[in-house]
Amino acid sequence: MNLSQKMVALKTIMVKEYLRFIRIWIQTVLPPAISVALYFIIFGELIGSQLDDIDGYRYMDYIVPGLILMSVISNAYANVVSSFFSAKFHHSVEEMLVSPLPNYIILLGVVSGGLARGVVVGIVVTLVAMFFTDIQIHSYSVTIAVFILTSILFSLAGFINAAYAKSFDDITIIPTFVLTPLTYLGGIFYSIKMLPEFWQDVSLVNPILYMINAFRYGLLGITDIDLTIAFVIILSFILVLFFFSLRLLRIGVGLKP
Amino acid sequence: MTNLNALTIKNLHKTYKNGVEALKGVDLTVEQGDFFALLGPNGAGKSTVIGIIASLVNKTSGFVEIFGHNLDTRSTDARMHIGLVPQEFNFNIFEPVGEILINQAGYYGINRTEAKKRAEVHLKQLELWDKRFGMAKELSGGMKRRLMIARALMHRPKLLILDEPTAGVDIEIRHSMWDFLREQNANGTTIILTTHYLEEAESLCNNIAIIDRGVTIRQTRMRSLLDQLHIETFILYLDDAIDTLPDCGGHMVRMIDSTTLEVEINREQNISDLFSLLKNCGIKVVSMKNKTNRLEQLFISMLRNKNGATEASSTALPEAIVK
Repeated sequence: MNLSQKMVALKTIMVKEYLRFIRIWIQTVLPPAISVALYFIIFGELIGSQLDDIDGYRYMDYIVPGLILMSVISNAYANVVSSFFSAKFHHSVEEMLVSPLPNYIILLGVVSGGLARGVVVGIVVTLVAMFFTDIQIHSYSVTIAVFILTSILFSLAGFINAAYAKSFDDITIIPTFVLTPLTYLGGIFYSIKMLPEFWQDVSLVNPILYMINAFRYGLLGITDIDLTIAFVIILSFILVLFFFSLRLLRIGVGLKP
Repeated sequence: MTNLNALTIKNLHKTYKNGVEALKGVDLTVEQGDFFALLGPNGAGKSTVIGIIASLVNKTSGFVEIFGHNLDTRSTDARMHIGLVPQEFNFNIFEPVGEILINQAGYYGINRTEAKKRAEVHLKQLELWDKRFGMAKELSGGMKRRLMIARALMHRPKLLILDEPTAGVDIEIRHSMWDFLREQNANGTTIILTTHYLEEAESLCNNIAIIDRGVTIRQTRMRSLLDQLHIETFILYLDDAIDTLPDCGGHMVRMIDSTTLEVEINREQNISDLFSLLKNCGIKVVSMKNKTNRLEQLFISMLRNKNGATEASSTALPEAIVK
């Protein structure tokens, strides 16, 4: 395949992936908007109003970046894991495997679907957040970079989950027992400076902590961790997961007996 | 111009992770432009062979070459030439019919404008044009099979592989699919067909390979294989009822009922002679058919011999077939 043919192929997968989640927007875009609205009402208005400011910000304002990124993480992941596993389950993934598509085009196409859903959901959730608080963006470049890189990272993670998954149960185990706890313990609702020193050190092994803090820096200009370290960690994870995913495709893990 | 084979397979082995040895050294050669039958009983390894050719199954060892492109070293070039119609439906049933074809073309780098044109041609050829906007789940079984054929043709493959394409399809559609496949073959597409309808293979294919328990037990021309039948059994339907059987001059004839005869013809005999004898006795034959499909007779006998069965059918077991 020449470059032009590869671009056509990539565009085909991308459009197919976008249409898939847009077609079922009631299942994919609406729920995170409702969930985040509830978080703002309960944790922001009702409980948050009883709490002191954190780093000079109202509690409501403090949790905005984490809640937006939480939605981005879970939706980017969910999009790829459900789309790719469904394609495996219905065997429609064979349409791509039989074709001369290079593996990296398949991966980029599928991941772009997760990125797109992460971005769409992120924008919707941000609009919801604007009903509860005035969002001031401290650094557009950091905000957008973290937003996009985090979507890519969790799209890749979703792909790996889908590749190994043998049943629909397998695609809910990781989000339920790994992703959600890590996200909640990643500093959405608190600053790790509020934790005892031991638990601060433990929190540092959670990669999601770096993403949420980098995003919080982008929006509010405050962070618990060094921004450079955060970007190095995010980019490192992306590289490792990308090449690992390519390896899975090459070997045919979960795809080729 | 080099006369490349469409497909060359040498010593192909496949052992699945559960230890099942599906292929134990399959060899196949399919010439360009051929209409080739790949036959074998359930579990023989046909679908595994096809899966390996189509890059859906990893081989354990062996050599596969498609139009001169080694599947190991030039996989992309090799896959560019293949169109696959698998045994199981493998499209997203929640996608519109037309989109399935257009997307498939996209995977081969064909732009959307061209893909739409080709989709129209193939959907019309396969009588699915009216269904183009409908979801694939709304199609009948026969329509779904035709959709997979249309999809496989979108990138104009030089080698079309059909794994039981007419399974579960009614007789009328099956025959229209045969005509369509003959037309594709006449236009230069090499076709490999697996089927359990042996009359389908006999009717369509020029060459044949039979695999059983993971090995090729025979590859030959269809004609020469059928020529090896020593005896064929025909059923004759008579115009008027008869009470007794006349003298049939050495032909093995028996009455099934008053208007139906069963006759065995060996290679030295001519059925026209029998018709003449019957006509002289005032018996008119209005129609006839093979009692069983000729290829089916051979197929069963070959498998029996391969598997060491002691009981061999004398009517259908030419020694020449048994290696």
